[in-house]
Amino acid sequence: MGRVKEKSTGGELRRLPSGSFTVDAQGHVVSSTVPQAVPAALVEEIGQCVVEVFQGARKANLSFSEMVAHYATFKITAREMRGGAIIFLSPKTPRRMSPS
Amino acid sequence: MANQHKILLLDDDEQILELYQELLRALPSQPEVRVSNSGARAIALLESEPFSLLITDLRMPKMDGLQVLAIVRRKYPQLRIIVLTGVLDEEYRSRAYALGVDMFWQKPGNGEEFKMFNDCIESLLDREALSEGGFRGMQSKSLVDLIQLECLSQSSAVLQISRGAVSGRIWVQEGQIIDAAAGSFSGEEAFKEILSWKSGNFELKPADPDRPRSIHHSAQGLLLDSAQALDEERNKKSSGETSLAPEGTGPASANSALAPLTRFEGVEFLLTMPADEKAPCDSWGLENAREAADWARATQKRLGELGEKIGAGALAQVTGFGLQRHWALSGHVRKGLLCAGFRRTLPKEKVEETMKHIFTKWVA
Repeated sequence: MGRVKEKSTGGELRRLPSGSFTVDAQGHVVSSTVPQAVPAALVEEIGQCVVEVFQGARKANLSFSEMVAHYATFKITAREMRGGAIIFLSPKTPRRMSPS
Repeated sequence: MANQHKILLLDDDEQILELYQELLRALPSQPEVRVSNSGARAIALLESEPFSLLITDLRMPKMDGLQVLAIVRRKYPQLRIIVLTGVLDEEYRSRAYALGVDMFWQKPGNGEEFKMFNDCIESLLDREALSEGGFRGMQSKSLVDLIQLECLSQSSAVLQISRGAVSGRIWVQEGQIIDAAAGSFSGEEAFKEILSWKSGNFELKPADPDRPRSIHHSAQGLLLDSAQALDEERNKKSSGETSLAPEGTGPASANSALAPLTRFEGVEFLLTMPADEKAPCDSWGLENAREAADWARATQKRLGELGEKIGAGALAQVTGFGLQRHWALSGHVRKGLLCAGFRRTLPKEKVEETMKHIFTKWVA
């Protein structure tokens, strides 16, 4: 059986975003070290989501100054600052590299 | 054919789909093979009928394989998944395994590789026992069987048991159980905690002869006590005793479903929210349970959707650290959401680790 040629298909696989950025009280990006390859809309959405979580927690009397969202392959760390937040995006290296 | 397996094959290359469909249909188990050339259609197919196995490419237009994995693994935790790709990048291999795939294969290029791939698929489809629970490591024996085996053979070893993100150890010395540890528990408490896990993995490690003895009961006595405690807890749950614990008061009443969770170190409040949003929540030590529940649900949903957009996989846990207290939030597809509050002096790592144990116990 001959080798099946892998056709060149569209769509490069996206790498996970990494870096840090600051947002204002409305979640708009103020400054950022996130690479430009990461869509600005995605970074903005992360910022707004974080700000919403902080504000909602305050209303529910669960206020906090730091939040960490753990995903299977990614981590978002956010610290509330005066007038906004600083957000760190960290792709995770999984502990196990072999199949389960 | 009874119990015929159904495989879903996902690739944007029609030639690949045709080739692999033929190959997989020729397997001894003669599975039914459905194909899809897009992630969106594959997800729709998974929603409409049950599949045993998903085999997916990674590099595809519009919705790539990693995005599909992030969505599918969250929605169908029991589905077997294999990545079949020409992409040879270690980062994507690691991400695929972190997203919960069972195997990562480079597309076979010759007859021998195809044969190995087919053998692998057949073997994976045969491993149905894994979805029934039990402990992997010795043909799905129960934990009680494993412990009794070690004790009867008068051997010395350390049993390491893991269940998802949590793990525990049981020290056996010359057939006697001498110590146990699981999270913040130790001794007999840890042993009972580990015995309450219904499934997981185990590993036999070399004996630790210097381990000090903290358990003095006989193995049989311990197993009987643990079985009795588990039966009592099961009877309480099945008799529907899930009374709402008084808010902002002392320890949960013995009848509360949350009572076993309150004994973890540093816990100040608990809030459980069933997957069915119409069902009532249960809380302990929390004054504004309703507002907290609304916020927790909204937060889990928002962050979960964000994770799918990023391609980051399932949201495992959210933790918050504040001046008054810390909290953690974890969700389960069928069970719902669990939010726990911790005293502010508990270290961050301890909050995250303790929450994993509480969540595991709650789901079990």
